[in-house]
Amino acid sequence: MGVTLAARPATVRDGSGRRRLRVRRLVALFALLLALLAAVTLSIVYGARSIPFHAVWQALANPAGGEADIIVRSLRGPRTLVGVLVGLALGAGGALMQGHTRNPIADPGLLGVNQGAAFAIVLAVVVFGVHSLYGFIWFGFAGALLAAVVVFLLGAVGGRGATPVTLALAGAAVSALLYGLISAIVLGNRQGMEIYRFWHVGSIAGRDFAVAGQIAPFLLVGLVLAVANTPGLNTLALGTDVATSLGQNIRRTRIVGVLAITLLVGTAVSACGPIAFLGLIVPHLARAITGPDYRWLVPFAALLGAILLLVADVAGRLVSGDRLEVGIMLALVGAPVFIHLVRRRGLVRI
Amino acid sequence: MTEARLKADGIRLGYGERVVVDDLDLDVLDGSVTVIIGPNGCGKSTLLRALGRLLRPREGAVLLDGKRIDKLATREVAKVVGLLPQAPSAPEGLTVADLVSRGRHPHQSWYRQWSAADEEAVTRALSLTGMAVHAERIVDELSGGQRQRAWISMTLAQDTSLLLLDEPITHLDLAHQIDVLDLVHRLHTERGTTVVMVLHDLNLAARYADTLVAMREGRIVARGEPGDVLSEQLLSEVFDLDAKVLPDPVAGTPLVVPISAHLRPEPS
Repeated sequence: MGVTLAARPATVRDGSGRRRLRVRRLVALFALLLALLAAVTLSIVYGARSIPFHAVWQALANPAGGEADIIVRSLRGPRTLVGVLVGLALGAGGALMQGHTRNPIADPGLLGVNQGAAFAIVLAVVVFGVHSLYGFIWFGFAGALLAAVVVFLLGAVGGRGATPVTLALAGAAVSALLYGLISAIVLGNRQGMEIYRFWHVGSIAGRDFAVAGQIAPFLLVGLVLAVANTPGLNTLALGTDVATSLGQNIRRTRIVGVLAITLLVGTAVSACGPIAFLGLIVPHLARAITGPDYRWLVPFAALLGAILLLVADVAGRLVSGDRLEVGIMLALVGAPVFIHLVRRRGLVRI
Repeated sequence: MTEARLKADGIRLGYGERVVVDDLDLDVLDGSVTVIIGPNGCGKSTLLRALGRLLRPREGAVLLDGKRIDKLATREVAKVVGLLPQAPSAPEGLTVADLVSRGRHPHQSWYRQWSAADEEAVTRALSLTGMAVHAERIVDELSGGQRQRAWISMTLAQDTSLLLLDEPITHLDLAHQIDVLDLVHRLHTERGTTVVMVLHDLNLAARYADTLVAMREGRIVARGEPGDVLSEQLLSEVFDLDAKVLPDPVAGTPLVVPISAHLRPEPS
């Protein structure tokens, strides 16, 4: 992949280097938007049965109720939309998570959000008898939020406030506890097991426009908070002491960041299960294009997240006739890509 | 040189259970260079952190223009007080120009992004430190001395009238140490910047300080002009160091020449 680092000739400062970088980023942004458009098109056209462009157009503009119309309007259309939303969320959430922890292998699930959502969904099925996807999402979201709050409070115990290390430790502990509880519940409950297994793989198939409408408001708020958090992240990247000296309110920045991550990742995971690797890899790809400026990195990571998720989903449909869910495809393709990145460039210090 | 914008008033500082500094008063005289010296662990960096509101006193208060610094909006403080911690680290791939631009953070907000004043401050900071030629280089790829000058440029871009530096010359070779301290001296004489810094090298401390503050075990043992403070008796009191103090042949300030154990005259 065309990974290039920021231009670095030892020129006299005349603003030209900065202007060049700006132009390069704008060009890359435009290219990513085109790529997203292409991925959306692929996702609607290709599948178990491919639909020619004119039929797609007709289905969108002037549906007559034919088979192609139904596939586009009620299956692939919503699936694509959910894919875009969830991809944006996981990409931005991953970039924020790595920024806040200054840890290049931090995963957006680090705050216990994934297991929190999983636990609430299992409870919903086993205890409350909820069986519809719409119902799960509310439970999953509440679980993700609750887990993140508990992790944040635990991480802040001890007086010096929540630091990246205490947050990661608290997240790992809460996740382990919840995972144990989930196992204990689903092992004794066949129906819970079925639904948990189905959800846990990570998939954007079978989600309709109602699901997209249900998650969109939360994701939009999350994305706005994420973008608002980026100037603060730029100062935090210099260390908390420097950030404080520069007048950054560390606690407020962390709270906004945790809130944004929880909204983005909690919503995505509730709707589509824990989609592995996306939030981990995408910030690295974005960083290779933009450099370490989070005001650019976060939007780039969001776009790349959406593109990659759609491409992996389409690839799964083409390779296996839709038996390989996107979560599996991403893990299969993502792991080698990640290993390649790490071997070639080393893990970045952030 | 009678006013003190920044003061510590009976502060007690510590981490966890441990009290590092107790009941300490300090007035930082405006437009002067104050250098804090003392043995390892005496609380000098802790004091500097408190002056820069990175550490909140358990008792007493740090006052900026007569107001408690922890009650002021942190962004407003950042327009007046700049602080460079020990050995800061930059994210990989950050250019010098980007690093220095981040010094403008307190002057920006979501409705006021990059302005002409920001651009001017960054350009000025880079030329003051002689880093303009390296502006587009990556911070990681600079030599130790250049990297320190890049970080100092960042705090200069912040455009504060007070500057706190925590061991700014540690890990630099002697030529680069002089480089950085000459820069500090120029800032002080040309811009009237008030500087407080922690230094380990006593001879350089004596040469560049208007006021020396000697600390031991969280207390100020002596303060004043270097010539008055740095005596053989003080060195033995504060550092347990056996040394001779001579006039520095270049600057005229005190020059500390330690007496090593094997060079001590045999007791007869």
